[in-house]
Amino acid sequence: MTRLQRRKLINHIILGVSGLAAIAGLLMLVWILSDVFIRGIGAINWSFFTELPAPPGMDEGGLANAIVGTFLITTVAALLAVPLGVMAGTWLSEFGRDSRLGSVVRYFSDILVSAPSIVIGVFVYLIIVKPLGHFSGWAGSVSLAIIMLPVVSRTSEEMLKLVPHELREASLALGSPYWRTMLQVIYRAAASGMITGIMLAIARVAGETAPLLFTALNSPYWLESMNEPVGNLTVTLFNYAMSPYDDWHTKAWGAALLITMAVLTVTLFTRLMLYQRSRH
Amino acid sequence: MKGFKSRAWGDSVFRGATLAFAVAILVLFAAVIITLWLAAQPSIERFGFSFLISSVWNPVKDNFGALVPIGGTLISTLVAIIVAVPVSIGVALFLAELAPAWLRGPFGVAIELLAAIPSIVYGMWGLFVLAPLMADHVQPWLQHYLGFLPLFSGPGMGIGMLTAGLVLALMILPFIAAVTRDVFLMVPQNLKEAAYGLGCTTWEVVRDVMIPYGKKGIAGAVFLGLGRALGETMAITFVIGNAYHLSWSLFAPGTSIASTLANQFTEADSDVYLSSLIELGLVLFVLTFIILGLAQAWLRRSSPMGAQ
Repeated sequence: MTRLQRRKLINHIILGVSGLAAIAGLLMLVWILSDVFIRGIGAINWSFFTELPAPPGMDEGGLANAIVGTFLITTVAALLAVPLGVMAGTWLSEFGRDSRLGSVVRYFSDILVSAPSIVIGVFVYLIIVKPLGHFSGWAGSVSLAIIMLPVVSRTSEEMLKLVPHELREASLALGSPYWRTMLQVIYRAAASGMITGIMLAIARVAGETAPLLFTALNSPYWLESMNEPVGNLTVTLFNYAMSPYDDWHTKAWGAALLITMAVLTVTLFTRLMLYQRSRH
Repeated sequence: MKGFKSRAWGDSVFRGATLAFAVAILVLFAAVIITLWLAAQPSIERFGFSFLISSVWNPVKDNFGALVPIGGTLISTLVAIIVAVPVSIGVALFLAELAPAWLRGPFGVAIELLAAIPSIVYGMWGLFVLAPLMADHVQPWLQHYLGFLPLFSGPGMGIGMLTAGLVLALMILPFIAAVTRDVFLMVPQNLKEAAYGLGCTTWEVVRDVMIPYGKKGIAGAVFLGLGRALGETMAITFVIGNAYHLSWSLFAPGTSIASTLANQFTEADSDVYLSSLIELGLVLFVLTFIILGLAQAWLRRSSPMGAQ
């Protein structure tokens, strides 16, 4: 074998292995999703969305309260984190772009994005649940909001930075103060990108379990107040999957299917939007 | 004049308010560490440094040591990294350099979807699908051929360190792959073209141009995955087995910091018990802080984004 042939052979082998790795990744996705779908679809019916959980051994019953609970906890978390995150991102993009403080904030936000979510749960337990003496939906929302905050701030910053500087100059030259320039021109120009980032952040926390374990806890009853333990899909899934009952396992797969579909739909939708934008 | 003044006033309020929220992120970070540190005091005072090296975990006698959960966290993470890193670099290469252009988009989206699946779904899938598969096929095979190694000794029950590590690997793979791909895409086109122009094969361009150029970034991507794996809770809690002893065998059940917290936090009935768990959380937070801090520093240096 000549030297050239050997180099080409090695090249083909490596290319093949790398292609196989990519295909394996894709197959894993198909494998996991099909398992979740096949095992979960049996649990999905009308009562799954409308009824309260039933004791093990009973066929009927659903997770309606947990669906409502997850929706509420996530919504409140988004209402807390989005305004704060957008403000922080605004400072990073508009005022702190080259400052030392800006890079410090950026650095710690990026670390916080990947920080263990269970520790955030412990933190919120210590600052809210323990002083108040009880678990609550509010505490769950706060812990999800803490996880969302750095994500929202960093994506808003990136999206605001993409808005051409000329737009700011034009608005300022017309005599508009900076805050009005931001509200009426720059946020609008960056809106679709920021909404995309925010949707991704919401999708991410909607599937979180660990930060809810010690904050929102869980409950098999209808939600009466966010000031008490709130039933939610992910913790219910955890409890059901760890239980020894087959019908609870089926319900857990149903919950997994519901969460996965919701999260993936949002992710796919927003990714396609980003993809479309980047092609223009 | 009056109009100008109120305008300037409005802008300084705006600037101050946005600054306050940016600083709030730093305050939040400090608050997490300080709160955990204070709440961990009963345990820190009682056990001191020996907390980190003691392998006792006895809620009945209120005697706690972190060695087993820390060891379990490190072992499962190590398994995950060993499995995930080569595969994800392969995936990243494919996405950045080898795949035909029309394939890159769909494959890239698939990898991002894999990253978006909630960790609890990975954990549940690991428990009900992967663990039986491990017990019936993979572990007997490993034992038959590699059973002379202490790593693969003992009965394979499906759940345990090895399965936990594999589920973790599956979880962090898309993260590492996506970041590594971005690092590869950062390599200037003319460097690559120069190498191709000299007659290099694709692999030689990758080995001699792209990997050296993106070294720091790849290390950053790996550490990012490492940081995620260390703190991952739900994917592991299902399959690690929740046993409080360290074993040479990867088949044996164990526990990690995060899964210990998930299982015991709401059951802690004494102050020392609770504060020991909180100290575990603090150890985990500091550990991931160091790892992620390094990852971010390296990623910053290797990307134009970080240069800003």
